Amino acid sequence: MQDLLSIYQISGFLILFPFLVALLLFLQRKDTPLRRFTVIFSGFLIMAASVYTAVTVLLSGGHTILFRPSTHAAMEAAEMAIRLGELLLLGVVIVLSIKYRKYFCILLGALGTLPVLILEFAGRIPVTETCLRLDPMAAVMYLIAGVVGPLICMYAVGYMRDYHHHHTDVKDRTNVFLSLLFVFLGGMFGLITSDHLVWVFFFWEITSVCSFLLIGYTRSHEAVNNSFRALWMNLLGGVAFAFGILTLLYLDPMNGKVISLSELTQQGRQAPAVMLAVTLFAVAALTKSAQFPFSRWLLGAMVAPTPSSALLHSATMVKIGVYFLIRLSPMFTNTFTGVMITVIGGFTFFAASLLAISQSDGKKVLAYSTISNLGLITACAGTGTTEGVWAAVMLMLFHAVSKSLLFQTVGDIENIMGSRDIEDMHGLIIKLPRLALIMMIGICGMFMAPFGMLVSKWAALKAFVDSQSVWLVIFLVFGSGSTLFYWAKWLGKICTVIHQSVNLDDSTHGSELISMVPLTCLIVVMCFAFPWMSDFMVQPVLDETFHRNVPNVIGGADTIIMMINVTMIFLIPIGSRFLSVGSRDRMTMSYVAGVNAGDDRHYIDSYGKNRPLYLANWYMEDYFGEKVLLWPSVGISAVIVILLVLIVMGGVF
Amino acid sequence: MAVSIVVRVILYILLAPIIGGLLEGLDRKIAARMQGRQGPPITQPFYDLYKLFNKQTIVVNSIQVLFIVAYLIFTIFTGSLFFGGGDLLLIVFSLSMSEVMLVLAAYSVNGPYSAMGAQRELLQMMCYEPMMLLLAIGFYVSQGSFMVNDLIRVSRPAVIALPGMLIGFAFVLIIKLRKSPFDLSTSHHAHQEMVKGLTTDISGRDMGLVELAEWYDTVMMMGFTGMFFVTANPLSYIGAVAACLAVFFLLILIDNTHPRVKAMRMFGLSWLVILVCAGTNLLILNLVK
Repeated sequence: MQDLLSIYQISGFLILFPFLVALLLFLQRKDTPLRRFTVIFSGFLIMAASVYTAVTVLLSGGHTILFRPSTHAAMEAAEMAIRLGELLLLGVVIVLSIKYRKYFCILLGALGTLPVLILEFAGRIPVTETCLRLDPMAAVMYLIAGVVGPLICMYAVGYMRDYHHHHTDVKDRTNVFLSLLFVFLGGMFGLITSDHLVWVFFFWEITSVCSFLLIGYTRSHEAVNNSFRALWMNLLGGVAFAFGILTLLYLDPMNGKVISLSELTQQGRQAPAVMLAVTLFAVAALTKSAQFPFSRWLLGAMVAPTPSSALLHSATMVKIGVYFLIRLSPMFTNTFTGVMITVIGGFTFFAASLLAISQSDGKKVLAYSTISNLGLITACAGTGTTEGVWAAVMLMLFHAVSKSLLFQTVGDIENIMGSRDIEDMHGLIIKLPRLALIMMIGICGMFMAPFGMLVSKWAALKAFVDSQSVWLVIFLVFGSGSTLFYWAKWLGKICTVIHQSVNLDDSTHGSELISMVPLTCLIVVMCFAFPWMSDFMVQPVLDETFHRNVPNVIGGADTIIMMINVTMIFLIPIGSRFLSVGSRDRMTMSYVAGVNAGDDRHYIDSYGKNRPLYLANWYMEDYFGEKVLLWPSVGISAVIVILLVLIVMGGVF
Repeated sequence: MAVSIVVRVILYILLAPIIGGLLEGLDRKIAARMQGRQGPPITQPFYDLYKLFNKQTIVVNSIQVLFIVAYLIFTIFTGSLFFGGGDLLLIVFSLSMSEVMLVLAAYSVNGPYSAMGAQRELLQMMCYEPMMLLLAIGFYVSQGSFMVNDLIRVSRPAVIALPGMLIGFAFVLIIKLRKSPFDLSTSHHAHQEMVKGLTTDISGRDMGLVELAEWYDTVMMMGFTGMFFVTANPLSYIGAVAACLAVFFLLILIDNTHPRVKAMRMFGLSWLVILVCAGTNLLILNLVK
């Protein structure tokens, strides 16, 4: 019991401490050793605390622990803090919307926040015995947010210094940036731990407003526009969430007794009113996870400095949506809502992976890949089957690590070379060998055979086949083809060896390596550890969510074969070095159907002139470009979402 | 059980180059006869390979060799998984990994023809990958297992339930084995606008290794074809071999009668064929179940 008590305290600490750190960082305007120390020390503290909590919960048998602030006074204070916090968030939205003349955001903000706020002040929201919860799912999220999140914050310390070195036109507000990152983390921990839906809503809005502020960091015209796009889409999700709560309170025949997430999913009641609430929550989750038709905010989010992109894409923002869908997944089993969510997810996976082919901006490819992968997770959660949820949780874990690493590498490359275009990464393996290697591991982690993402995709495929969703299978197989295409051509670009190329000065900071090296190691280790992860992390989630034990989705001989596969990938380079394969080969220049001018970038043409040579990748804009595919995709999925909400509503009224 | 797996894998590793080489010899012979030529002896590919291994290897950089060796090893590994009776999905994923290695070898040389070949090869992979996955799923839905070991012990040949899949697979086989009209990334005749595309900058021993890997690959693809006809009855193997030869002959015929098409036409055509043949097949299978 003593142990459990301390878990409560630690999870309280994890929610409150980041806010405190944020305040401390906000006050330190100058880039002092103290500020760097604050970030790195508190980052490690948060990491340690979250890993400890997660491991304790997972090892204690993975039961759900419901709890609340220990004393009555603490509870009162927490409720008051939430009300004031909601007012504050609304205030921020109103002030900034007036400042930049985007008045419609005020309407959306008010429509979402005010009804809930009024009910709270009127005391109409039922108070539950418990409003916080720790269970295996929360533990997995603690690991994602608590390990990857702080690493990104540490990376930001070194990155921001370089960033402002190169972008002299942007006012240095690094203190605001760093403190926002920590507010985000605090909100994230709060959201994971909350069970009471109003609490969840509060933290939900924190992340919306926070991401809005982060995206608008540079205050350039583009940044402001993109940040408001992110704001209105997420506020729209917030409105859906708030109406979901209202539906539970007023339309549900249980007369609003059910106000916590765990009660909602445990009952397994699929009454029309409950399903309407679930559908509204799911739509809110779609906005957070940037699924089509709400994807455009995430694409615009890349104008912000890279750490915020890394945070939004990997450990926090977009994961909230799929986290919530996984929570709701028992409610999706054999329902119309479940089918439609699955279709939206599958469609997003397919469309985003096609769109990614046409992009040459590194961050944009990563953004489309995030949307695409989250589509897959959404589809998995929407099936409402145990296998689907297994794949969803695994995908989430692997995606968080690989994607945050990739963002960090692209950010560093941009700081060094002044460009994040994939075309400019030509010959990266010679120019910046260390970063190129890290990036190759990251990319392999996203699509190659023995690495985690592919293992989970494999499980997802099995889940879809078993749940007989033929359309989903077709989306998945065609989407896999295009995923392969856009990753492999990026990988090829990096691997190109240019003769007589100079090694660029690799100015990666120590604090950035603190983050990137562990993430790289994690990707490699997770290749080997996935059977173990399945047993100790994902299995308890399934037990809790579906209350039945499921056999390992991928196991036995397959696991061993995967291991051999991974080992080979690492042994082949080492072995051929050792056996000095090819050391006696004659070296030459590549064939250019003419006279090679001595390096790989010029040749002598038939008039004897020295001509430059440039090798570009294929992007096939005419077929897969945004102009061709983006709006139709948004349109199709918008119709699906509207139909979904209308049809479910029709069941109630 | 375990012993039989090991025996099958060893047999594959030893025999596949021989069968693959003979198939290529046969290909060249038949093609020559179709064109009214005498053609080389059927063992010519072996002489060619021997010669390649005895030539001085000229490389563009040192990583190139690494990727080519990886390509060969992963191809043999994938084939061993298949003939050892492994999981079909895993086999498909391994296969695409080995192909990526060859593409990276081409990318690494930084030559215009290799780079163009590499892009085209990636597009070809994008064309056939969906079919390979659907094939695995089709077998699973109709026979209830992803394991090749279980799939060859069924009572009636899979082709009865999966005719659309067979058509789709035969179609993508043209792309996979780089036969005209879909020999966009490289072909055995180095006289096109792409020089030799993907393998332009590979020579000597390295070229030999690539040839060898392709033989292993061809045998595995024939194995996939045979899967449609094999049952628990040993006699079915005769039928399976006959079917493989028929498909192979068809490939040669198409290769010699169709001019190469443009890349996007290949893309559109292959996805359409896969969707119509394999997709419909899967849909019907699910409805019938």
